[in-house]
Amino acid sequence: MSSTTPLLDVSGLTKHFPIKGGFPIRRTVGAVQAVDGLDFQVHEGESLGLVGESGCGKSTTGRLITRLLEPTAGKIVYRGRDITHADRKQLAPVRSEIQMIFQDPYASLNPRQTVGKIISGPMEINGIDPSGGREKRVRELLEIVGLNPEHYNRFPHEFSGGQRQRIGVARALALEPKLIVADEPVSALDVSIQAQVVNLLQKVQREMGIAFVFIAHDLAVVRHFSQRVAVMYLGKIVEIADRDDLYGSPRHPYTRALLSAVPEASVDTAPRDRIRLTGDVPSPISPPSGCRFRTRCWKATEKCASEAPPLARVEGDAAGHLTACHYPETEQTVPAPRLAKDPEAAA
Amino acid sequence: MTPPTPSPAAPVEVADEDSAIPAKTTAAQGTESRSPGRLAWNRFKRDRTGVISAFVVIFFFVIGICAPLIAKLYGKDPYTTYGMNIPGLLNEFNFPVKPNGGIDGEYWFGIEPQLGRDVFTFLLYGIRNSLMIAAAATLLTTLLGVVVGITAGYLGGKTDYFVGRVIDILLAFPQTLFFIAFWPVVLAIFVSPEENTPVWLTVTSLIAVMTAFGWASIARLLRGEVLALREREFVEAAKVTGASPARIIFKELLPNLWTPILIQSTLLLPAYVTAEAGLAFLGVGLQDPTPDWGVMIQNGAKFYQDDITFMLFPGVSMVIFVVAFNLLGDSVRDALDPKTKR
Repeated sequence: MSSTTPLLDVSGLTKHFPIKGGFPIRRTVGAVQAVDGLDFQVHEGESLGLVGESGCGKSTTGRLITRLLEPTAGKIVYRGRDITHADRKQLAPVRSEIQMIFQDPYASLNPRQTVGKIISGPMEINGIDPSGGREKRVRELLEIVGLNPEHYNRFPHEFSGGQRQRIGVARALALEPKLIVADEPVSALDVSIQAQVVNLLQKVQREMGIAFVFIAHDLAVVRHFSQRVAVMYLGKIVEIADRDDLYGSPRHPYTRALLSAVPEASVDTAPRDRIRLTGDVPSPISPPSGCRFRTRCWKATEKCASEAPPLARVEGDAAGHLTACHYPETEQTVPAPRLAKDPEAAA
Repeated sequence: MTPPTPSPAAPVEVADEDSAIPAKTTAAQGTESRSPGRLAWNRFKRDRTGVISAFVVIFFFVIGICAPLIAKLYGKDPYTTYGMNIPGLLNEFNFPVKPNGGIDGEYWFGIEPQLGRDVFTFLLYGIRNSLMIAAAATLLTTLLGVVVGITAGYLGGKTDYFVGRVIDILLAFPQTLFFIAFWPVVLAIFVSPEENTPVWLTVTSLIAVMTAFGWASIARLLRGEVLALREREFVEAAKVTGASPARIIFKELLPNLWTPILIQSTLLLPAYVTAEAGLAFLGVGLQDPTPDWGVMIQNGAKFYQDDITFMLFPGVSMVIFVVAFNLLGDSVRDALDPKTKR
């Protein structure tokens, strides 16, 4: 938060997927409002965690930032350059600086290419010739991500999930990016491997000063990895804050509910309050009016239905702690997520 | 007792030194690497049916390619009417004097009734011509099908819709009927009915018509494959690094499409061989003086009540070839696609 101009400045970012229907002439009959008006910033070397339930638009956000998807509205500014609607040629200089790590290590590596080809591919595309040749650089990268450089000529099917994800990290690092969008990089991995990959990413972030947009549904992993955390619900950011603020004194009821749902391994501590949300996430095709969380919120009033709460700072919060709620939580010390185990929660 | 969320807080506290472990364990495995193609080849080599059929198929192709050489060593050609030129080979009904179609040391597969041509060289050249036409048609069909299928699948949208309807129409056509009805019309465009149709024109038009009807099934298959592949994350990864559409198609998608392409074309070639022979038998396609499997069977059919030999040689050799090639196609599929259970 030290530098004044952010690396990535996203404002009002919106993505609506049209729903086609009708016969005989197909036309747009509706839209899935996957992402609806996001505002956030990522500073150099900072890691922003994006958390939320499945289907809340986290991955769509990641794909919008890397411009795999075309935003419906809003603005993406990378280092002062507007890349919202840039085409492939205009994006070329930025491409090497924004990279992505994918969720599924089995789908994100081309099964017909050797590890060497996979990692040197990005350099080839962008015409980067490191001193000593691309092969030497690939071997260095393999070493950085904790793989044997001798694996240069191997194929992805010869590796385990964790190793494949390391290859994916090496590919992202090949272009020496400034920003990496990690789309649930560990959620497809074995729990024991998750820690290794998260530690690798952390090492990369610290040593190379790469900023991360870290998308995850696992609050513990995000807490471990990210300096700032944004909580998403149904295409909107409901709360964004520095890590300790968010986990220590969550303001949004949804954030509290999420934190209280984190399972706790410790058995000895006293039972904690667990907030149970009732009902399902509403359909993003026709989200509720006003505050999108109101259908499941225990505090909801008529004001919540009529008026969408702006993402703003609540009295008494640190700068940069923004909450979108009319009735923010006041309780300062919420015993989450290091809470006692709720006997029911584990069932 | 497993918690619903995949990872509890505990694992992230595992120390950093863990990251060094996989490097150590994998170092011991050596550096030899086996590509997917290599693995398929190893699987294929273990498949006895496949290897035997491959040898049979190769044998036929070698015979076809070397036909002129073999004919030269053998000392005959398929056009000379030995029966008419040399007295004593055919009797007064113009049938071979010797039994079994006149098989002897001089004429290995006997001689034809009436004209008295040498069956062995005729068969050699027939195999050569049939395989040439089928191979050319297969190659063109595959090429066209791959290009159209990948384009439709990758571009999607309106292109895909349009190509899809064209494919539907083509697949709905009664092909053989169309050949018989339409082929003379195509020829009439180039040659007036009074003139003799040159052989090259017959061959090119045959290949062209077979290609025009054959590409649709391959294109449809590849379109589906591309639709599935282009949503895969490795394609997105290539896009994120700024890869051009051409690079994505040729470097990312195409290597993953070789399996269906290879399988389809190995099953297509024997189908073309039989189709071409069937057309020749029906009088469409290659005509008599040109050696061809179908022409031979047509000739044999005239005499099979008196002597089955003339039917036997082209018939049996074609059955062997087609069965071997189909078995080869199955083996290729099993080798490339081991997960598909038949």
